[in-house]
Amino acid sequence: MLPMFFWAFVIGGLFCVFGQILFDVFKLTPGHTLSLLVVMGAILDGLGLYEPLVDFAGAGATVPITSFGNSLVHGALQEAEQHGLVGVLTGMFEVTSSGISAAIIFGFIGALIFKPKG
Amino acid sequence: MSKKANKTPEQQQYEQLEQKHELKRPVMKNCIRAFWVGGLICVVGQAITYFYIYRFDFTEQTAGNPTVATMIFLSMLLTGFGVYDRLGQFAGAGSAVPVTGFGNAVISAAIEHRTEGFVLGVGGNMFKLAGAVILFGVFSAFVVALIKTLLIMWGVI
Repeated sequence: MLPMFFWAFVIGGLFCVFGQILFDVFKLTPGHTLSLLVVMGAILDGLGLYEPLVDFAGAGATVPITSFGNSLVHGALQEAEQHGLVGVLTGMFEVTSSGISAAIIFGFIGALIFKPKG
Repeated sequence: MSKKANKTPEQQQYEQLEQKHELKRPVMKNCIRAFWVGGLICVVGQAITYFYIYRFDFTEQTAGNPTVATMIFLSMLLTGFGVYDRLGQFAGAGSAVPVTGFGNAVISAAIEHRTEGFVLGVGGNMFKLAGAVILFGVFSAFVVALIKTLLIMWGVI
């Protein structure tokens, strides 16, 4: 269990350093950086490289935003295996539904209970 | 480079002056901060993952889902109490890259625009920042999955 925490820390930290370098050295806005990371995650999963990383680093790979791209591709491929090409469309949000629904639900609840500052 | 050629000498001079006075970004310091804050957020995520595996019979593969939802719930609380903004100023990408940063983008936009009403304000602006992530995530995932499915169907891989 302990090595898992260690690798989650290291790999998760490295993803963030990569993002920070895109911020500082390449002068990208946060929006551009996050979009780029998501696309990267999708491509890595297409090449079959993201799954081994999740097995190795656990939350270090599932918590950074790259995992969003990874699970989108994952859902699409899972469904495509059963239903062919249509599955790419129907399965897209299969795996990642929790992230999007949580963001929408908690976003609205947050807007209900918290008042804007400043 | 063509941009530079069009500038008058005064403009070029001003540009040099500007560069001289521009604050150099402390890249190394920012990276170290991003590393340990981002790493710690992932350690929290790992703890939540283990919690779901041992308490609710999720497997290593499926525990990622409830973990992400829980992390976004936590980021709602932190955003609402104004803690996440301060964390963001300190850690930069360390707080933006984990999924909590995605939650923060959605939730802070929702809270910020509530004065404009729930339908046009909150509803219309919720995905103002996070929309780009969803758009490019979905589109790239579509392209990648399409290519891979076609390659499998044609027996290439």
